[in-house]
Amino acid sequence: MVMSSPPLSPPADPQTSVTPTPPPLGAGGFLRWMWRQLTSMRTALILLFCLAIAAIPGSVLPQRGTDPVLVQEWIDNAPTWGPVLDRLGFFDVYAAPWFAAIYLLLFISVIGCVLPRTMHHIRALRTNPPPAPRRLERLAEYRRFELSTDSDLSTAGQSTVTLDAVASDLKSRRWRVSRGDNEHGGWVAAEKGYSRETGNLLFHAALIFLLLAISYGAIFGWRGNVIVREGGGFSNTLTQYDAWGGGRLVSGDALDPFSITLTDFKVEFERDESQRGSPLLFEADVIVQPAPGEEEFTDVIRVNEPLSLDGAKVFLVGHGYAPRMIVRDAEGRAVYDDASIVLPQDGNQTSIGVIKAPDALPQLGFQSLFLPTAAVDNVRGPHSVFPDADDPAMFVSAWIGDLGLDNGVPQSVYRLDTETMTQIGLEAMRPGDVWDLPDGVGSIEFVDVQRWASFQIAHDPGKEPALIAAGVALVGLMLSLFVKRRRVWVRTSQTDSGATVVEIAALARHDEADLADDVNAVQATAEGGAR
Amino acid sequence: MTSASLAEWSNAAVYASMVVLTLSMVAFAVNFSARGTRGTQRSATVTTAMPIAVAVGAGGNEPVASPVAEVIDDPRGRRAGNIGLALAWLAFGLLLLGTTLRGVWAGRVPWGNMYEYSLSSAVAILGVYLIWSTRRDLRFLGLLVTGATLLTLGLAVTVLYTEAAQLVPALKSWWLIIHVSAAAVCGGAFTVAAAMAGLYLWRERAERKNSVTGSVAKLPTASKLDMMTYRILAFAFPLWTFAVIAGAIWAENAWGRYWGWDPKETWAFITWVIYAGYLHARATAGWRGRRAAYIALLGWVSFLINYFGVNLFVNSLHSYAGV
Ligand code: HEM
Repeated sequence: MVMSSPPLSPPADPQTSVTPTPPPLGAGGFLRWMWRQLTSMRTALILLFCLAIAAIPGSVLPQRGTDPVLVQEWIDNAPTWGPVLDRLGFFDVYAAPWFAAIYLLLFISVIGCVLPRTMHHIRALRTNPPPAPRRLERLAEYRRFELSTDSDLSTAGQSTVTLDAVASDLKSRRWRVSRGDNEHGGWVAAEKGYSRETGNLLFHAALIFLLLAISYGAIFGWRGNVIVREGGGFSNTLTQYDAWGGGRLVSGDALDPFSITLTDFKVEFERDESQRGSPLLFEADVIVQPAPGEEEFTDVIRVNEPLSLDGAKVFLVGHGYAPRMIVRDAEGRAVYDDASIVLPQDGNQTSIGVIKAPDALPQLGFQSLFLPTAAVDNVRGPHSVFPDADDPAMFVSAWIGDLGLDNGVPQSVYRLDTETMTQIGLEAMRPGDVWDLPDGVGSIEFVDVQRWASFQIAHDPGKEPALIAAGVALVGLMLSLFVKRRRVWVRTSQTDSGATVVEIAALARHDEADLADDVNAVQATAEGGAR
Repeated sequence: MTSASLAEWSNAAVYASMVVLTLSMVAFAVNFSARGTRGTQRSATVTTAMPIAVAVGAGGNEPVASPVAEVIDDPRGRRAGNIGLALAWLAFGLLLLGTTLRGVWAGRVPWGNMYEYSLSSAVAILGVYLIWSTRRDLRFLGLLVTGATLLTLGLAVTVLYTEAAQLVPALKSWWLIIHVSAAAVCGGAFTVAAAMAGLYLWRERAERKNSVTGSVAKLPTASKLDMMTYRILAFAFPLWTFAVIAGAIWAENAWGRYWGWDPKETWAFITWVIYAGYLHARATAGWRGRRAAYIALLGWVSFLINYFGVNLFVNSLHSYAGV
């Protein structure tokens, strides 16, 4: 940039002073000083970096919102630091007060920055570009040339014709133009690219609306997860969810009372050698009842094709197996009889699960490794080689003792706390097998294999406004980065010999712009218009 | 052609590309170390390779701001640079072929796992550089860019190579295709910008110490490097914004929420915030130049953490290697 302070920069420019001024005395002065500091560009910059840094711990530490069990384990394993971090909100970073403080300050800063700039911009949109500075030759893009004398026109006439031609040409190319005359000739001043600032303001304002939309969705929305076995179903009430979270103003008792039955879950995997095992199809056939007493209808939910109901959308998010197991105690009583959900660990659905039979005496627990298509090798041990249930097998390890369910600590149903238990055996089983446990403590039967599908059900009234805000932000951003805001001046004067001299100069507010094309166009018009 | 041989052809093209790229890197290294400087001396063999600044009238070529910035290579160095560029184009073609064949073999877009994603990233880095180099003389950047591309490919074929081409149906979405391709192009642009910012810091230090000699003298001036870093980031930032929005739309469609602070999303956000910081820094007195360049490097580090760290070490919904 040639000039240290280009005339185009608005007075309400982000305060760019390098050394902050000290706070003045007096309450009013102090407040005003605080406000200026908060809305300065440097503060915005620092707050942006604070936001980036503050977001990091949430990606490293387990978070309550996604995995509360893991959080509890983490805290238990770090007795000194765990509770401290917990109290400071490190296991729920994005809801922590200090995280909110940063982005709220940032947004106050944005508002404090955008409002005065908007006022200034509106004023700028209504004023005409000012006349040329006296010394045009100091600007980066500057040309000076004499017009060939024209016998039909006086010098003054030639100047007027030239400037008129330039002005009307610029106007037709949507420049804002002002025009003036002086004793030696005249001038045209033109400005273009106001949408750069408009876009910038739009962008910052859209960010504020984005935050509002997100908050609106968080306050009035809810989301739950549920695993449904084939043939099973669920209705939209709090108790049926495996996990549920709602906004502050959502009552869990007043959810839309739809219900869904999973009639069939279809999966298909590629069997061709090169891509063996890659999934081709996940499809959940469901029967939906929008509300009790209303007519049922059937639907198919696929990944990326959720089911849209009035109050919520139902998404297919996962699938797996549920081998049906029957556990009998020493007396032959069935203390467990259910399709037990196992959780996939890899692409071939090598899955692990846990069965707890607290009613057996003594209590029984089983860890299972379920393999839809079983294989065993020396390196990887037992594993599955294909995700479909071609050749299912299960490795079951049996434990006896205290399941630890009575001490009040919440336990995952997918994890066996073996601290107070002893292992009594390990067995490989196929569907139909019955394993009589050692010492006659009971038996376990592997009946058959079913599937499960997991659904996420969500209601977010803020997402459409959020999308609109994000779209506006993107458009504003592109305007603000790609539009060149620039001024062009054309001035005529006379030489001593009576010829008309034309000077053209251009200036951009930002140093990235290349103004040669604009000046070339103006020069062509000036030369053409005088002829 | 059987699918097995398609995969083999893909691998062969990738390896061939790496060989050509290595030669290209050597040529760029010669170009860089050969004697001759930009601007500080004038000799008779000069300037024909560069668009000459057009003073008045006819536009066309991008005018070079000041004659001091003109390239004054010795002929040997210039030839090496041209060879490097030509080889880089050849390597780019081979890489594009390899990546496309991989996609044809898999019957889908070639980013189902980290191996394929690395191939696409390498295409993006090299592509951004080469396309930009059609508009400017960027031979000084060739060494770093070919190096970064080779490193990406090296990691891809050694550490990340996977035969199994798993593609969960979750990836069958137009939004995801848009999201990933935009992110890959951004990755290329961020990498090129980081290389540029690194060179800026080197050159700026030399200018400050008044010791612009040797290889550093072959670089454009610090203020030009700063400007070019800005240009590429001003292109990449809206694209990154768009990539994040597209990702959110797809996440809403597939998982039922558009934002969940999943580690991948978190680092995408951090990266976005850092580059927003970069743009603000350039508009703030006292933060231009050196500090802005450090921020550009920081943004790139954050992008890399998102790419490698989150895919390999963190349990994220985005870890497609398995599930
Ligand atoms: C949520 C926080 C913010 C974000 C994400 C953000 C983002 C951005 C981005 C991406 C740009 C680049 C567009 C351009 O260069 O024209 C920008 C420009 C700008 N921002 Fe912000 N901004 C934030 C807060 C603020 C605040 C608090 C201020 C007031 C001090 C501010 C003032 C500006 C100004 C004046 C520009 C134009 C810079 C230029 O001359 O290029 N921003 N902002």
